Amino acid sequence: MRAMNLSYTSRDQVEVYRFSWLLSVGLPLLMVALQAFMPVRLHFFRVFDFGLLLTIFFAVSRRSQLSGTLTGAAIGMLQDGLTHTPFGVFGIAKTLVGYGASSIGIRIDVENPGSRFLLTFMFYGIHQAVFMAIERELMGQSIQFNLGHEAGAAVVNSLMAVFLFALLNRFKIRD
Amino acid sequence: MNFFSRHKNTVVLATVLLAQFLVLAMQVKRQTAEGPVRLIRLLTVSAITPFERLFIYSGESLRGVWANYIDLRSVRRENLRLKAEAGQMRLERAREQEDARQARRIQALLAFKEQWIDTTVAAQVIGTSGTETSRLLYLDKGAKDGIKPDMPVITPDGVVGKVLGVYGETAQLLLINDPSSGVGAILVNSRLQGVVKGTATGELQLNYIMGDEAVQPGEALITAGGDQVFPKGLPIGTVAKVSMGRNLFLDIKLKPAADLNRLEEVLVITAQKARAPDTTGLGPIRAADILAGHLPGVPQTPPPSSPQTPSPSAPNAKPVPAAHLPVPGASQSPLTAKPQTKPQTLTAKPQTVAPKAGASAAKPQTAKPIAGGAAAKPTGSSAAAPKAVQPPAPKTATPKPLSSHTDGSKPKPAATEGTRPQ
Repeated sequence: MRAMNLSYTSRDQVEVYRFSWLLSVGLPLLMVALQAFMPVRLHFFRVFDFGLLLTIFFAVSRRSQLSGTLTGAAIGMLQDGLTHTPFGVFGIAKTLVGYGASSIGIRIDVENPGSRFLLTFMFYGIHQAVFMAIERELMGQSIQFNLGHEAGAAVVNSLMAVFLFALLNRFKIRD
Repeated sequence: MNFFSRHKNTVVLATVLLAQFLVLAMQVKRQTAEGPVRLIRLLTVSAITPFERLFIYSGESLRGVWANYIDLRSVRRENLRLKAEAGQMRLERAREQEDARQARRIQALLAFKEQWIDTTVAAQVIGTSGTETSRLLYLDKGAKDGIKPDMPVITPDGVVGKVLGVYGETAQLLLINDPSSGVGAILVNSRLQGVVKGTATGELQLNYIMGDEAVQPGEALITAGGDQVFPKGLPIGTVAKVSMGRNLFLDIKLKPAADLNRLEEVLVITAQKARAPDTTGLGPIRAADILAGHLPGVPQTPPPSSPQTPSPSAPNAKPVPAAHLPVPGASQSPLTAKPQTKPQTLTAKPQTVAPKAGASAAKPQTAKPIAGGAAAKPTGSSAAAPKAVQPPAPKTATPKPLSSHTDGSKPKPAATEGTRPQ
């Protein structure tokens, strides 16, 4: 079973995917818009970070550090544009996530639900840690860290990632 | 073959162009009617808000069809309930109108300036920032609807926030529970002033209240009006929890008056006017009245020249504020006004002293400040307490002098009780 094969020794063993330009541009726009709209009616939607999930998905699917970096930067800046904070807060955090996810995607299998759950859980934590570091150190804001809330949000986002990635797999184009 | 290898030149060109575009967009500020706006923020908002509008309006349409059907079923029962409620509220209103006239009159005497909400624009919430850390909402009204930055935003429940950025057909609403917001506030009972700010977790807290002050949970909080954004007197919330914080200040958590997590429609206050309260129909206000309102109280001693001067040892004789003393009118001097010297037996016929509000407005020039015949022919108003004549001690009955209200508190003349308009 392929899901049990969790690590690779050569990049040649790894399947690399690409996506249509329409999907690459339209999907982040759509998901970020959805994330901005949904909390108006469904307050709990605020906990989801679709930008982060897309960054991870594109990064591990393309398995290119350069692509992951740029994708993370673009999605992060898009999210920054909807806030009143300076551009770069989410941009930097997601750039690092994109780079890290694509680096891991080269080395381990990220196609099974378990590894996707763990990957998303881990990168959610990294994203929040970087975000808080920027807010505190660069912007001088007093951000309070709520471990229970962050852990819960990480689990919820990881579960969403499992379903979302399965759905988005349909749009992959094998390179 | 890898995509980047195949289209290397195009990718490099696109990357360089994109990088330059981003750098440029971040540096350039586009001049709009509401001030400079970063180009990249303008582009982002322009790209996202059409999606939000599409979502919200299509959802509203679908929900409207269903809601109309449901509404029809309960509209009759609702109508009966509302009729009963309206009748009750009419009674309430009549009573409160009288109180309001009284309050406005006192404010006018003290030359208070009030901030009034002049015009508002109703707006619908069409989106959020999409993050938990930025308490920002997007409204479906923008510069074209007269919205400008720093305009206060309210709901019928209370203050919600202020307008941050304004675009053509969209505006950003910064909620009061965002860490970067701040509202000048007053605690209603203790009159302590502080600044309401948001926390990173979206809570509201009142800052800068010293640790030795007594603040009770449940106490209401209103806007102070000193921040040049929010008009004075709008509800902000209530005190939820009080504990000792750091730096000698209390740590006061608040419960917002409006549900900041479930906002759908809001009102943007587009114009405020500072003006003196409207006192038309409340009777004449003379310079002497205003001066008298600021004078200290003096003992209740009638003019010595009066032939009917009551005994100084009259029972219940108390100091009376100057505002309640006979005031020289435009057409009548205190010395020539006979009624001033005539004792008035308020307790004998208390109802007759309290006239209907606004009665004095009918004859503002002829209204006699000294209510010589007031017992028989009421001409004043219960709201006119500052101008009312303090009756000297009667010969036949124990007088009940009008209470003094120099502290601006609501006057409750004993003689007016039971005569409130029904």
